[in-house]
Amino acid sequence: MTRPDPQRLRRTMALVGLYVLSVVIALTLAAVLIAITGGPWQKVLKALLDGSLLKPGRWGDTLAGATPLLVVALGAIIATRAGLVNIGQEGQLTVGAAAAAVVCTSFSGPFALVAGLVAGVVGGAVWAALAALLKFGRKVPEVITTLLLVFVASQGTGYLLTRTFLLLDPDPNKPNRSQTSAQLGTSTRIGRIHLFGNEIPWTVVGALVLAIVVSVVLHRTVWGFRLTVLGRNARTAQRIGVPVVIAGATALALSGGVAGLAGAVMLTSGSANFRLTPGFSNNVGWEGLLVALVARNRPLMCIPVAFVFGALRTGAGFLASTGVERSIVDVVRALLVLAMLVPPAILALWERRTSPPPAPVSTDEPIVSVVTA
Amino acid sequence: MIASLFHAIGDVTSSRAMYESAIRFGVVLAFAAIGEWVAERSGTLNISIQAMMIGGAYTSAVTWSSCHNVPVALIAGIVAGVVVALVQAHLSHQLAIDQFVVGLTLNLFVLGLALFLDSRWSAITQVVKPTRVPLLARLPLVGTALFGQPWPMYLVVPIVPLAWWLVFRTRWGLEVRSVGDNPQSADVSGIHVNKRRRQAILFAGATSGLGGGVLVLGQISINGYENGHVGLKGIIAIAAVIFGGWTLRGTVVGCLVFGYFFALQQTLPVLGYRVNAQLSATLPYAVALFFTAVFATRTRQPRALAQPFVRGLT
Repeated sequence: MTRPDPQRLRRTMALVGLYVLSVVIALTLAAVLIAITGGPWQKVLKALLDGSLLKPGRWGDTLAGATPLLVVALGAIIATRAGLVNIGQEGQLTVGAAAAAVVCTSFSGPFALVAGLVAGVVGGAVWAALAALLKFGRKVPEVITTLLLVFVASQGTGYLLTRTFLLLDPDPNKPNRSQTSAQLGTSTRIGRIHLFGNEIPWTVVGALVLAIVVSVVLHRTVWGFRLTVLGRNARTAQRIGVPVVIAGATALALSGGVAGLAGAVMLTSGSANFRLTPGFSNNVGWEGLLVALVARNRPLMCIPVAFVFGALRTGAGFLASTGVERSIVDVVRALLVLAMLVPPAILALWERRTSPPPAPVSTDEPIVSVVTA
Repeated sequence: MIASLFHAIGDVTSSRAMYESAIRFGVVLAFAAIGEWVAERSGTLNISIQAMMIGGAYTSAVTWSSCHNVPVALIAGIVAGVVVALVQAHLSHQLAIDQFVVGLTLNLFVLGLALFLDSRWSAITQVVKPTRVPLLARLPLVGTALFGQPWPMYLVVPIVPLAWWLVFRTRWGLEVRSVGDNPQSADVSGIHVNKRRRQAILFAGATSGLGGGVLVLGQISINGYENGHVGLKGIIAIAAVIFGGWTLRGTVVGCLVFGYFFALQQTLPVLGYRVNAQLSATLPYAVALFFTAVFATRTRQPRALAQPFVRGLT
């Protein structure tokens, strides 16, 4: 048995200590923020816990809410692996949901459900492929284009919902005059598991499987390795024969496709009551992206993080009773993200500062000054 | 069909309101875009420009609602922008966390914070009364657009040459440009790369915070802060820098072009044209996408744009 390396042990302990410290600081800041605006922070905490876990039937909602976050995060990881910054998941998710809505409201039956999910993937992938096209064709940074496409996507689907021949519910007896799509038929809804009084959609299982698949593909296959090389050093990737443009564009499109799948999953598992609505994405894209950041781009780590963020989402619904604005949850979430980002960076900074500069490389060859021309 | 299109073009080009609105949108964008331009010349693709604008807008508005003093409110906006910039600068150029990760998180953080604080301290502002330059304001068509705006708008006039002078005529500016193009060489010649980059981000924070302040005091009166007030203007400002090919002149032109399309979207219904609200809202964004696609390859971007610098890594 090998003894643990003391230096490594110390490093791990320092890291854990820093994580604990920074999370505590983040939560304290949030509590102070609630306190100075005159809100009761204990009640906020209780409402968050009640809404996410403690009240009966909340586990199912939390898991259902965490599922699209997990899926979006997995998509984000694929792009990040290849060194691309896809931050337009919100838009890709919206387009995916719209594509799924088109299919699922026009056809019925289990086949239509599958086709709807596929349509979601295709929709998201096409939306991300636009950014890939601009990136590799015209060298526009994908950071900007994916973001701009978010806005175009949300307004574009808003337009689809203003015309009956596109997506607007043609039913004259629809519940209100709001602009929503027709409700999905029962045959195109995803089934639910009933467990201890909780209703959990089957997609939870699917998302967990997807996490494992993404993890295996990225870490254990040649394609995953190529993406990793591409992300670390594009020039090396080119030298060892990775088709840089094709691999990058595929990764970006796939990443968008997975985000689109998340949109289709949200629609078919009953978020917004099985209807496509304006603002359907409801920040799931952004939050899923943050899940990937907190999990430091490790697919399996995304599972617990997505659960925590899902709990924050469902817990936020219970905040109204405390009289505290629910956007505090956004603040808490962002603070948590920063708290998870900073410790490894601080540690790396310390190591850079304390480690001695690398010794000059000594070789057996005599050093000959080469003077040419 | 074609005749009515020409008619519409005629209506839009002969509308004073259209020019006024376009200049206002363009100027607000320009504050952010000038800062972003400096940051990008130093090698940072600073997407938290969005957060800086939101912070500036909300802080200015809250300050104005409590003291009704425009200069103080604008200074508060600058301070807020600089505070956001400090966080961005130190996280991305000292701790070497990915700049997009930091920027994205800050964007969501500041937006959430502004909305949360607004529920307690509501931001209510009124646009400053326009200042009319005598005679010139009576020019046809563009008179009020150029010479009859609320005075905070005119702050952009000194800022453009100031940014130009800083970047092209001072030692600091030379160093900023060099760390944006070749940080390794700059480092070897004794320039503190990350410090220069941090300073460039702080400049961006100051101007875009001011831009946020000008938005709520010079362009729109607000009654409680909402997400839509700033929208994605920070990102459009970045698109304007790309449009301008990383030159100051081009950036300002880009702001005016995108401002024109924002104004178009707002003015068409006023002129009596029935346009679909959703589709026309996408117009500035679609135009920005199109123009960045056209102009991004034609010009040379800072070579080390969006590449972090850590000594010893190449």
